[in-house]
Amino acid sequence: MTVDLDQRRAIGPEIHDGAPSGDPATMWGQRQLDLRLVNPANRRKFKVIVVGTGLAGAGAAATLSELGYGVDVFTLHDAPRRAHSVAAQGGINAAKAYKADGDSVERLFKDTVKGGDFRSREADVYRLSELSVKVIDHMTALGVPFAREYGGGLATRSFGGVQVSRTFYARGQTGQQLQIAGSQQLLKEVGAGRCRLHTRQEMLDLIVSEGRAVGIVTRDLVTGEIRPHTAHAVVLATGGYGNAYFKSTLAKASNVTATWRAHKRGALFANPCFVQFHPTSLPLSSEWQSKLTLMSESLRNDGRVWVPKKAGDDRDPNAIPEDERDYYLERMYPSFGNLAPRDISSRAAKAQLDAGKGVGPLRNGVYLDFADAIARLGRKTMEERYSNLFELYIEATGEDPWTAPMRIAPGPHFVMGGLWTDYDQMSSLPGLFVGGEASFNYHGANRLGANSLLSASVDGWFVLPWTVPNYLAPQLGSEPLPHDHPDVRATLDEVSERVEHLLGVGGTRGPDVFHAELGQLLIDHVGVERHAEGLAEGADRIRALREEFWRDVRVVGSGAELNQELERAGRVADYLELAELMALDALDRDESAGAHFRSEHQTADGEAKRDDERWTSTSAWGPPGWDGRPVRHSEPLTFKKIKLATRSYK
Amino acid sequence: MRLAVEVWRQHDADAAGGFETYEVTSATPEMSLLELLDMLNAELVAAGGAPVAFDHDCREGICGSCGMMVNGRPHGPEDNTPACLQRVRSFSDGDRVRLEPFRGGSFTVLRDLAVDRSGLDRVIASGGYTSTPTNAAPEAASLPANELEAAQAMDYAACIGCGACVAACPNGAAQLFAGAKIGHLVHLPQGRVERYERVRTMVEQMEDDFGYCTNYTECVPACPAAIPLQAIAELNRERRRALWHQRKVDEAPEARPKGWLARLRTGPWWQSDPDDRPMPTER
Repeated sequence: MTVDLDQRRAIGPEIHDGAPSGDPATMWGQRQLDLRLVNPANRRKFKVIVVGTGLAGAGAAATLSELGYGVDVFTLHDAPRRAHSVAAQGGINAAKAYKADGDSVERLFKDTVKGGDFRSREADVYRLSELSVKVIDHMTALGVPFAREYGGGLATRSFGGVQVSRTFYARGQTGQQLQIAGSQQLLKEVGAGRCRLHTRQEMLDLIVSEGRAVGIVTRDLVTGEIRPHTAHAVVLATGGYGNAYFKSTLAKASNVTATWRAHKRGALFANPCFVQFHPTSLPLSSEWQSKLTLMSESLRNDGRVWVPKKAGDDRDPNAIPEDERDYYLERMYPSFGNLAPRDISSRAAKAQLDAGKGVGPLRNGVYLDFADAIARLGRKTMEERYSNLFELYIEATGEDPWTAPMRIAPGPHFVMGGLWTDYDQMSSLPGLFVGGEASFNYHGANRLGANSLLSASVDGWFVLPWTVPNYLAPQLGSEPLPHDHPDVRATLDEVSERVEHLLGVGGTRGPDVFHAELGQLLIDHVGVERHAEGLAEGADRIRALREEFWRDVRVVGSGAELNQELERAGRVADYLELAELMALDALDRDESAGAHFRSEHQTADGEAKRDDERWTSTSAWGPPGWDGRPVRHSEPLTFKKIKLATRSYK
Repeated sequence: MRLAVEVWRQHDADAAGGFETYEVTSATPEMSLLELLDMLNAELVAAGGAPVAFDHDCREGICGSCGMMVNGRPHGPEDNTPACLQRVRSFSDGDRVRLEPFRGGSFTVLRDLAVDRSGLDRVIASGGYTSTPTNAAPEAASLPANELEAAQAMDYAACIGCGACVAACPNGAAQLFAGAKIGHLVHLPQGRVERYERVRTMVEQMEDDFGYCTNYTECVPACPAAIPLQAIAELNRERRRALWHQRKVDEAPEARPKGWLARLRTGPWWQSDPDDRPMPTER
């Protein structure tokens, strides 16, 4: 089968990030000087909508509100504290260099660019590292109970993919603690009457007028009421789309609808095929298991990954002698061993599973063994480090990791792709800002462990509150669009029609049935390993599934009530569109990079082989044009501070 | 496994509700309670019926979205475990499992098992935070915190805000929830600055939305984050401290404590904490 790409996509003009020129190390300072300011007395005249109350959303909303802007913040949860940021367990990176191990802002920057396999923006990543220092100060001041050393200073640990100890943590609940601190700040503003919080509201569309984002349309998840909200600027911090795979490590409510709707209104979508598979999720044990439980990567600090040397060896793991075990990560990557980056670990595990060496009843996992660490460190130390993770494992599986190794497997986890943004975190639609996992710019083709909490915090607390006012300043004197404006009414009508349409298909299968099928298609065709024919076939089958969805979906109930089937149906409809673009992007990007591993492009020893000549760029996709083909724009990436090099963790 | 699942069905906040019983025939022991509901819902949808509405999200016990009464106990039969991590293996073949929404305090049923718990957020919004504007934080290492104290703060901070403590309480009190926040912040140097004002406003708001605590301690085994009972003691202690403090700073005589509290105003024992010792000029 030959694949004709030109039939599937069009090529648009190159785009650029709008960063100041010069050394990435001084760029953010320069940009801060250039940004326009708003007089404190004028700030209340501006209205900003923030969608999402995770780390990025809560941070942006709380800070903008503190500064005096009129902020309306929306979440589909019943409380801002619930956002999926809570689930990140391991920690948050920062270049504090509290340990004398050679860490620095530069090194975090280098590790992140290298970890992302040179597909991220230097300037943005430098800013991320630079601001990481402030994030730790800020979050500590907000009351995050970071782990402490005996002397009272902040403790750190080493985390996947790096050789320095720069990860700050609060037991195994770092994300939860950061999220709680963030939502508390948001609630402080809400309680003081400076910021309005709208819970159980799902954004179903973006209102665009004269090429600018001017508001959103929401559905009240309790009453079903569909309402417009207009403002001077809109911030999307609505997280990632990993749930396209149906079973992922993401929370069930995480979805792509807000960002996908914005994309359909014209915002470019960058690198949709860059999806990270987490190497330490728990293997599926049954059809009804609702999601992949994630075990923190920090376990890899003390756990050793292995499989039996012989395929199909189903002896009890403790009965397999040392010399019949293959500690494949330690063997293949001696200097990083069990801490090799996520994409490498995931792919290595996939290779073992494909070779029939999987363990457990479904042969779909590999062992993560703590016996050595327990013997070396003692049970007490291990309990201090991992007690809650071990408990979680016992809860989930009924097995005891103190006496037998854990079983782990790669699972869809974090998406590096998202809405394209410029250096100011503004999308290609003026007035639409994006932060956190919903955007794309820091992690390249693969995210380093403990960098997701960092990027969401940096965007929310320390970038958006600087850049959004720059956009607002020249709008002084203008009012948000009135709700009877034709552009507002038109969007509102389209949303209502779409909801009616979903309810009216009258088919035979619920949305989850389609979602499960889509998930399987994505795992098979756009998974840990991809190749051209598989991707083309995947894209076609996804399209066929989407057509079937619109013919045969059944959504019970009505639109004017709390209707979780309707919520799911709307999200699945969007996944079905996104998934095709994911496959197309993976097909289009004719190289391997980070988590995007094309089996046609690998080195002799099976490593990802980049094509820097052709693909040192970001792919930013515009919505389909008149001929139905999505338009791909390239943003060239230049590396001034770091020399492009082959990533090697050997 | 065969289970008779009895579920509270209620269309909306104003509608009357009632129990419906459904037979689930193919439950498996390793399923979580929520997966049991997923399975039931898939069957209901396949038959064209309305699925049971329930809040859920992370399914790993950290977000606090899920929660329901299971045979009269918040979250389910296992102590200190959220509904998403409660397993069907706690039941036996042929058992009856009764699922009801959380009730208590200001909680109202939105639909079936989904409940409005915004009262908890109002308690936090009334003072459960530190007031440090963005970009104004000092260097993190400049505020050392005792390792054990930080660990204690973490014990309290682990609260997932699910509302099980309220649902478990015969009074519908939120003392464990509020106490956890008070305890979290007061054990950190950053949170100590606002301690008096915080407890005053939070308690006021809490008593608006929720019942009074009479130390039934039903909340403790119900709490999925295993918040210790001491959280309530933390709250009560902070509350008393705030009263003394208020007396010191407030010159208006009518604002001073009256009755037995006023009689305790003198005497050295309660002034033993350096924090509470009046400044020399106040004497």
